[in-house]
Amino acid sequence: MSATDAVARPAPATVPATPRRVGGGRDRLAPFVEGGFRLHAALIYVFLFLPIVIVVVFSFNGTNRIVTEWQGLSLKWYERALSDGSVQAALGNSIVIAVTNAVLATVFGTLAALGLQRVAPRTRVVFDALTYISVIVPEIVIALATLILFSVFRDLANPILAGLQPGAERPFRIGLGQWSIIAAHVLFNTSLVLLLIRARLSGMDRTLVEGSYDLFATPWRTFWQITFPQLLPAIVAGFLLSFTFSFDDYVITSFVSGPGSGTLPLYIFGQTRQGVTPLTNAIAAMMLVVTLTILLGGQYLLARQARRTGGRSATPIGIVPE
Amino acid sequence: MTAAAPAIPATAPATARGDRRSRLLTGVLLLPASFWYLFLLVVPLALVVVYSFGERGTLGGYTPAFTLEHYRVVFDRPAPFLTSLWMSIAGTILCMVAAFPLAYFIATRAGRRKSLLIIMLVIPFWTSFLIRTIAWLTILGTRGISGFLSDLTGQNIQLLGTPFAILLGIVYNYLPLMVFPLYVTLERLDRSLLEASKDLGAARWATFRQVTLPIIWPGVITGSILVFIPLMGEFVIPAILGQGKVFLIGNVLQLDFLASRNWPAGSAKAVVLIAIMLVSVSFYLWATNRGRRTRDVSVL
Repeated sequence: MSATDAVARPAPATVPATPRRVGGGRDRLAPFVEGGFRLHAALIYVFLFLPIVIVVVFSFNGTNRIVTEWQGLSLKWYERALSDGSVQAALGNSIVIAVTNAVLATVFGTLAALGLQRVAPRTRVVFDALTYISVIVPEIVIALATLILFSVFRDLANPILAGLQPGAERPFRIGLGQWSIIAAHVLFNTSLVLLLIRARLSGMDRTLVEGSYDLFATPWRTFWQITFPQLLPAIVAGFLLSFTFSFDDYVITSFVSGPGSGTLPLYIFGQTRQGVTPLTNAIAAMMLVVTLTILLGGQYLLARQARRTGGRSATPIGIVPE
Repeated sequence: MTAAAPAIPATAPATARGDRRSRLLTGVLLLPASFWYLFLLVVPLALVVVYSFGERGTLGGYTPAFTLEHYRVVFDRPAPFLTSLWMSIAGTILCMVAAFPLAYFIATRAGRRKSLLIIMLVIPFWTSFLIRTIAWLTILGTRGISGFLSDLTGQNIQLLGTPFAILLGIVYNYLPLMVFPLYVTLERLDRSLLEASKDLGAARWATFRQVTLPIIWPGVITGSILVFIPLMGEFVIPAILGQGKVFLIGNVLQLDFLASRNWPAGSAKAVVLIAIMLVSVSFYLWATNRGRRTRDVSVL
């Protein structure tokens, strides 16, 4: 069930509060239990948001070095971050990698989800198993496994490449770089998109497709006019999630990046070796803005689209229980 | 084949030519993902297994060999595994303790604010893991809580680099993964069952143990596995909040691969880690199947 359903439903949630019987010993505790739940929830939300608020607030600190010594509001750390050459390079890498990854993963995942509908159950089981393995194997294992793969690939390919360029002074060689980061990210994100789209397909109204065939539409037209529009929210959600995953990823990126292909998370991690500075806070705050704008913007667009077409909204936040 | 597939782009009437084209289309659709699964998942994992029996090259990396030496080291010096294990178990339990009342509150008492509360859980969850963890450096550091406690007690208290800091980071980052599955099961909990239990004179605790718990059991298991498995491979939290003083498997793997470049040793540890994970998942499947009389919300 989606978030919108939760609001619309005449909440059965209020049931426990109403039958407050007189004289029942345990019901005298009810207000305290109620208050306890409220307090606990409030504390958890403070706990969850406090660090984020602190990063953002201290990124505006006009101090010269010490993060927590408040010296008045200032944008100077943002200026410094944006004019720093290595930050710009890292940002450029991050964006190129995240966008390429999101495009590839969305296309691959969507195609595979459609293809899986057309195969025998046995093939589907194998595919599903691989999808789940790629999602649940700890990220660091995927990271080191792909590092091994790329190094094997490099060691095999470079002698061949050298043979193809006899006499070249600096022969073209393969090394780790943006391509290896993208290739590793695409694996996880293809699975993510695949799962999102399959969930959407299984909840889809098939009578429309049958109706389209009854009206002699070709499979091609049926796909573009019926299936695709219904899948679009899941496709968009998959794209946005893939982008933010890649944009924020540290573990895989740190294993398979090469010289000059470092992303923003790598840069930030390196900076914190010398302690948190207002500069790292400013970069972090900008990353938060990028991620949240994309996810909340996507959520807004999907909700609007769902209202217009009267369909269910798929949250871009795939983790929210449907 | 056509009968089995709940085909949305339903297969066109079966002529010999149409059939071949349709099979070709299926192949094209599945090709990129198959390529990625084969070459970036199956082959790399197989390489890890092969490497785990090899020897370190003179310049690091790998030389082909067959030795069980690296596995022997894992069992001779299991400290990082044990640290990871107890921290993952403790982290899972702490998440459960913090998540359960919250999930219960959202599912049963939040009323109209339910979706808002869920979105507020998701927002921090989808912001960068790294940044959220780094934020705790400021909070726990010598100019944060550690400094405050030191001034208060007159002793030098350092929270960073302790298991406490890591567990805090774990609960902070993994809490939503526990709340969501619990929330889903609690949401589906039929309130009338609780009423009936109450009417039959059951005490609060008896109702919880005999009615609520069996129904939400799949959610409990799902949440635990969602938290426990990534925790076993956790690397960012101990690297940042552990300040190099607390070693989990993730940190050792990172050192083996990127610092000492002893890839075979790291591969053996990775294989053991995968084995632990497979055992956990099997246990998960077994435990959810046991409770299948109720509706299950498995993630797998």
